[in-house]
Amino acid sequence: MSAAQGKGNGSVAVRTAELCRHFRMGESLIPAVDRVSLEIRSAEFVALLGASGSGKSTLLNLIAGLDRPTSGSVVVQGKDLARLDREELAKYRLRTVGMVFQSFQLIPSMTLVENVELPLRFAEVDRARRRHLCQTALERVHLGARSNHRPSELSGGEQQRAALARALINQPQLLLADEPTGNLDSQTGAEIMNLLLECNQSLGMTVIMVTHERSLAERYTERLMVLSDGRLVDDVTVASSTRSSAPGGTP
Amino acid sequence: MKAYDVGELAVRNLRESVLRNSLTTVGISVGVASLVAMLSLGIGLQHLANRRLAKSGLFDTIRVSSRRDPRNFGREGGENGPEAAESPPLDESARQRIAELANVSEAYPEIRFATELRFEDKPHLSVVSALPSSARTTDAFEGIEGRFFSSDTAPEAILEKSFAERLLGTSPQPGGKDSNPAQGLLGKQLTMRYAERTAIPSPASPARSSNPADMGYSVSSREENLTIVGICDLDPDSMRGQARARVFLPLKLAEGLHVMDPSNLRDTTNVLGGSPTYAALDVRVGSPKHIPEVESAIKQMGFDTFSLIDATKNLRQFFAVLDLFLGIFGSLALTVASIGIINTLVMAILERRREIGIMKAIGATDGDVKGLFFAEAGAMGGFGGALGVALGWALGHAINAGTNLYLKRQHFPPAEIWFVPWWLVGGAIVFAILVSLVSGLYPARRAARLDPVEALRYE
Repeated sequence: MSAAQGKGNGSVAVRTAELCRHFRMGESLIPAVDRVSLEIRSAEFVALLGASGSGKSTLLNLIAGLDRPTSGSVVVQGKDLARLDREELAKYRLRTVGMVFQSFQLIPSMTLVENVELPLRFAEVDRARRRHLCQTALERVHLGARSNHRPSELSGGEQQRAALARALINQPQLLLADEPTGNLDSQTGAEIMNLLLECNQSLGMTVIMVTHERSLAERYTERLMVLSDGRLVDDVTVASSTRSSAPGGTP
Repeated sequence: MKAYDVGELAVRNLRESVLRNSLTTVGISVGVASLVAMLSLGIGLQHLANRRLAKSGLFDTIRVSSRRDPRNFGREGGENGPEAAESPPLDESARQRIAELANVSEAYPEIRFATELRFEDKPHLSVVSALPSSARTTDAFEGIEGRFFSSDTAPEAILEKSFAERLLGTSPQPGGKDSNPAQGLLGKQLTMRYAERTAIPSPASPARSSNPADMGYSVSSREENLTIVGICDLDPDSMRGQARARVFLPLKLAEGLHVMDPSNLRDTTNVLGGSPTYAALDVRVGSPKHIPEVESAIKQMGFDTFSLIDATKNLRQFFAVLDLFLGIFGSLALTVASIGIINTLVMAILERRREIGIMKAIGATDGDVKGLFFAEAGAMGGFGGALGVALGWALGHAINAGTNLYLKRQHFPPAEIWFVPWWLVGGAIVFAILVSLVSGLYPARRAARLDPVEALRYE
């Protein structure tokens, strides 16, 4: 089944056209992302698959507005990221995008609630409302009782759940996950995947996940985009019969 | 990010590396303390000098003399007003006109004459001078033994200490520290012999002539009994040099005696017997800053003037330069401290590279990151500044106490050579914050420009 046939009725959330990101290594130019053109519709759950060094994380960073393309364009929710200045890109990351990383990227000196609260500080939300939103977000990921713990006092799965709570706190339209289960055992990884699925199905978020595990991607996502040497080499829709549904049991 | 969030995050970040940040803060406080110490010393010395000068009465006084006075012939400074021959006499009406000038607080004649004084039937020669009641506030009478004159006409005398010792026949001790002539003299009588000058019609002139040129004068020997009421240590007449007076009388009393000074040529040739003329007037102004305008007005009236205002100008210039240099030396330590701030913040960027990347990934703007580092620098500056001012203040008090202990042992009155004004307290803290913010410029800019992808990869 072709990708365009997937959830085809939503508006376009992400569109790239001839997107390139090249890195200079001494004399040579490495094309990390090479002329990638794709479209992802709102509320789709897409996996970016590929071997290590295939360019999937670079593509995710370009969509997240953390990096700028060498050429081509990335349009998210109608905004061409290449045309935004540094300030506008920061606002875009704050309001439109939520990010989850393989190594959780929580600030070790802060408690969970402080970590989750941080995007709200940048968004200038009032202190009283912040506390309430943080508590709700941590309870959604079943960490309400551990809000005053530091990341080092938590398991990997708990840390990733906290990172997910932080990514969702500003209610983004786009959730980007870079190998979210890469540092977790399969049981804990499944818990995280179920949470991502819940975000996609219950909250209607567009989720783009980078992974190198095809089986995991097929189980949870509805579309697989395969990259190799920076180029998009395959784009397939996963049959719904093979997928879990949220909040699913252990897949 | 809101200001209180920036402040809260900055303080919590500072608490995370408490030892390093505390040491940096102590560095700033030492810098500020050194700055405060140096400037306080300069200000204290300036205050001390100003207070002494103001109390001496030298810098708010203009000496006015007549251009007719043969002693003033050929002197420079007659560019304002009439020539000597046309200049008016320095008499009572001139005194009144001068006293009415704006900013003049009083104008009184200078009365000074050499005469014989008898104490316990022994004659002593000295220069006698008259003092107005306003002289009571000058520093010469700060440590007076006894008291100042009870009134402007009281037959009382104040003696300068060395003259008092001469009356008692005691030899002055080095510095006059140990003798106390007051016990033997206060309340005792001193007899002053003087020549009284009385105007009379000239025997050669027609009777009842109103022409001043027809007037003459007679000189009679008189005695005045004076009660010794005070003995002063400092010399209220110190600017007189060789002709310094040792005995002082109330001004009105001395005026009423009509003493003729045989050493004064003007007195012997003065034929304007009708109204008294003065050798000189002392004119006191409200503040030294009014001296130039009052001097100019008096010169316009046809008199010569002299003041020490130029000396105060030089003194102010000296203290301005002293303050500047002390400030520069004090700032050197603060400069070293500011390098410490740069070092601490650059280290913090290295340590918190990943944290900065995370913050940028979740929506922090360059301004948020910059603001955070600025706030950390400012907080270190603020804490360091406050601590430094407290340190400088404590140091100042300790030095003041030590200096006064030393002065007391040397039999000198206490002095506050260290003075920390409120503006210096506030100014030093603000200056410390500003220096810290300037020091934080480079680290904050560097942190803000970090590439988030690179920063997130940093281990």
